[in-house]
Amino acid sequence: MTEAFRQYFELCGSLLYWLFVAPFRGRGWRMGHTFAQIVRIGVHAVPMSALTALTIGVVLAMQSAAQLAKLGATVYVPGLVSSSLIRELAPLVTAVIVIGRSGSSVTAELGTMKVSEEIEALEVMAIPPMSWLIVPRFLAMVIMMPLLTVFSIYVGLAGGWLIGHFSLHMSTAFFISHALQYVELSDIGISMLKSGIFGVLIVTIACSIGLNVSGGAEGVGLATTRSVVVSLLTVFIANAVLTALFFF
Amino acid sequence: MPVATPDLTAREPIIEVDSLVRNFGSQKVLNGVSFKVYEGDTFVIMGGSGCGKSTLLRHLIGTEQPTSGSIKIFGQEITTMNSDAMRKLRGRYGMLFQSGALLQSLTVAENVALPLTEHTQLDAGLIDTVVKMKLEQVGLTGHGHKKPSEISGGMKKRAALARALALDPPLVFSDEPTAGLDPIMTAVVDELTQRLTQKIGATVVVVTHDMNSVFRIGTRIIMLGTGPNQGKILAAGTPAEIRAHPHPAVQQFINGDPQGHNGDDAGEELYRETLLGLDPSSQAIHSS
Repeated sequence: MTEAFRQYFELCGSLLYWLFVAPFRGRGWRMGHTFAQIVRIGVHAVPMSALTALTIGVVLAMQSAAQLAKLGATVYVPGLVSSSLIRELAPLVTAVIVIGRSGSSVTAELGTMKVSEEIEALEVMAIPPMSWLIVPRFLAMVIMMPLLTVFSIYVGLAGGWLIGHFSLHMSTAFFISHALQYVELSDIGISMLKSGIFGVLIVTIACSIGLNVSGGAEGVGLATTRSVVVSLLTVFIANAVLTALFFF
Repeated sequence: MPVATPDLTAREPIIEVDSLVRNFGSQKVLNGVSFKVYEGDTFVIMGGSGCGKSTLLRHLIGTEQPTSGSIKIFGQEITTMNSDAMRKLRGRYGMLFQSGALLQSLTVAENVALPLTEHTQLDAGLIDTVVKMKLEQVGLTGHGHKKPSEISGGMKKRAALARALALDPPLVFSDEPTAGLDPIMTAVVDELTQRLTQKIGATVVVVTHDMNSVFRIGTRIIMLGTGPNQGKILAAGTPAEIRAHPHPAVQQFINGDPQGHNGDDAGEELYRETLLGLDPSSQAIHSS
């Protein structure tokens, strides 16, 4: 446990150097690698994020409509869907999808490279693995998490609109105006901040566990599971702490 | 063909290892190892499984730190070297890993081109030409577009050798270069290693326990011991000196004889004690 923390903070320290100091010493970010990772980590996660956000928007609207109808207050459905999605669900659900899809993939890939001596080969070729492997993944995750969250918000709202429009017979203009009525700009800012922090946590945990794999194929499997579990727990705890921070 | 004994006095040591010790917990894996590797040598490190050959090699390439002792490469102490200086030094040597360690996400040609794109200012066309030359040298012409997963084990080793030679380094490390290869492919890799030292004048450090390779390519050889002699140099010298070495464990290892070099039963006991380390008492070795 202590060793895992040591490895994690060691990675974070090294990452800070390669992000903010190394570029001023002639070792810039590898933009080609970063774009490749943006596609793998972010763009390829779009269909799954879309489907999940759509179903959540639909379910949220249906559940809230069922309860609010008893009070004759279905007019609040758009506001409830939008505020729930923006403040909590979109960043959290996007994080869960990215952990399952991209975080696990990062750990498995780095772990396999570790056990097959590829990372050692990079070191011996004087190609820093931090610059070649970690920084591009970090940048890709930090860029794509907020974007995926924004995308999830839009798709989730579309899901809510489907119920509002076709089941509750609300006009599109009514749905949009009421959805925006209960949301402030700071909510969107907090949502973006949350998703950015989740992205940092997910990618650093995935990379730290992946880079320290030992024990061959079995070790890679165990590390991938550990990466998913630790990332999920960390993101849920971080979400609670951040929500509390902005609540009080 | 036997290799001529080199004249050591005429050449500079490329690698100097002095009193190298490496402990893993209470286990002493390397125990006071000292040797020098001279320019143009094909220096072979041999020994039984678990004797610390690969650990020694990892110390030489700077990926592991010793418990104590000194390692100088090109006259520079690497055990206390900072990461920037180490990175610069690594540009001067190549490494062939046991598994090849080709990057799976790149093609064979991209793997070979990697040191060139990272450490030179050559334009893409020139890099492409150099890569083709290197692939031709190792007999992989026409395979550059393939991913490592699409080629055989022997081809991976040769592609990794091409990558190690991409920058024409004056020093090449090689970890079990012939492990898992058939006899013909083993001879091909050995020939490539010999050609490397003879034509380019590179110094090669090879870790192997393939006896045919040891005597085919080695100009200087050390043998590490196991058991009571764990991590110590059991024998050192030219191929002829090693062949004639009086230590029974060396003879037994060279001959690959489970019954010992004289064919007696004591030899099996010796092998178990000295090479497999099943009895920590060194007295038995001397008495046998």
